Amino acid sequence: MKHARVWLLTIMVLMMAVLAFGVADGSWMRHVPAKDHDRKNPYVGQADAVAAGRLVYEDHCSQCHGDNAQGTKKRPSLRSARVQQEATEGDLHWLLVNGNMGRGMPSWSKLGDPQIWQVITYVKTLSQ
Amino acid sequence: MLSLLRQKRQWRCCVLSLLVAVAVPVACHAQERPYFVTYSHEMEEPGNLEIETYNVVGKPPGGNRFLGSTTEFEYGAKAWWTTEFYLDGQTTWHDSTIFTGYRWENRFRPLLREHRINPVIYLEYENTSADKSLREVVGHDGRPDFYDTNADARAGKQRELELKLILGSNFRGWNLSENFIAEKNFTDEPWEFGYALAASRPLKLAASSHKCAFCRERFMAGIEMYGGLGDALGVGLHNTSHYLGPSANWSAPNGMTLSFSPQFGLNNYSIPHLFRFGVQYEIEQILKRVRRGE
Repeated sequence: MKHARVWLLTIMVLMMAVLAFGVADGSWMRHVPAKDHDRKNPYVGQADAVAAGRLVYEDHCSQCHGDNAQGTKKRPSLRSARVQQEATEGDLHWLLVNGNMGRGMPSWSKLGDPQIWQVITYVKTLSQ
Repeated sequence: MLSLLRQKRQWRCCVLSLLVAVAVPVACHAQERPYFVTYSHEMEEPGNLEIETYNVVGKPPGGNRFLGSTTEFEYGAKAWWTTEFYLDGQTTWHDSTIFTGYRWENRFRPLLREHRINPVIYLEYENTSADKSLREVVGHDGRPDFYDTNADARAGKQRELELKLILGSNFRGWNLSENFIAEKNFTDEPWEFGYALAASRPLKLAASSHKCAFCRERFMAGIEMYGGLGDALGVGLHNTSHYLGPSANWSAPNGMTLSFSPQFGLNNYSIPHLFRFGVQYEIEQILKRVRRGE
């Protein structure tokens, strides 16, 4: 009986660890459909879009991800390799439209596609 | 005398604190929909507090003009859960100004991703009397409700449970929202039904590359229609009121949004004209700010 409890506890701890690592791993990227993954940003490389995206970022994103997108205590940095290299612009668009509501990221579909692409254009310049 | 002076000072302090709270740039660009009755599927961002006041002015033919008002505190508890507390009041010309009660509502998004149509479940408890805020129209609500004096109307306490199914879609910058309402008074009255429909769009979808207060993307325009659908004893349009009107809002750079809407009664059971206006102010990450002592 005692052994069963220990096993149960161990399994629960392991499951929680897997969940936690799954989140830290950017598990949302596994849910992005192929057609969204391959979507192209119509504003890519446009200086105006970077400037506009920065203003949208300051209005809506900086409160959680920090003024310089460095992340805060509970919210991830947008300067990470996952956001800057692993995720395509299409992946980020999918994330902004759908959110990751179970983990505190709301849907930003209310901004509309142009502003979503503008903020992605800005975020992708942060590695430069 | 001294206590009066002290009270005056305390009031001044309160008013000053409120003004400072409003003036301090802690707010974000709210981007609210210009709806007064209809709810969209868009939730409050987690951690943000929105303070809103919605007002309606109207005059039933042969009756007294009134101003119905609600002050709302909307908090994003989770990305999928918004909770809101309302305080209601009204002024009736040639009568009195009264506090009419309170409401507490919760909205939940059962589907955690964006779909073509996004459902939201709305639950509200309200304890009001003589309410003239017209935040929803259900059952046989209509012009006759506005002829009672405030003293008479206050005698009828309304403790109600309100359920809404909110459906919302965002498509190419447009938002379409449909609400189906069912309301139950805790007395023997039957379930009452109502609806609200709305559509809106910003005047420009892309953001400007420079800071500006009056860019087109800061303005949103739309249309709203709502009314009653009878009750469980007789669902239908007989003796129900309906309203239709354009609406618009402007989101200021400091987080404040101003909304207005002239609305028109569509039948003789409705009040012929309503003028609605509202002010919303969003404070980002309120609890973090309180913890940091800002």
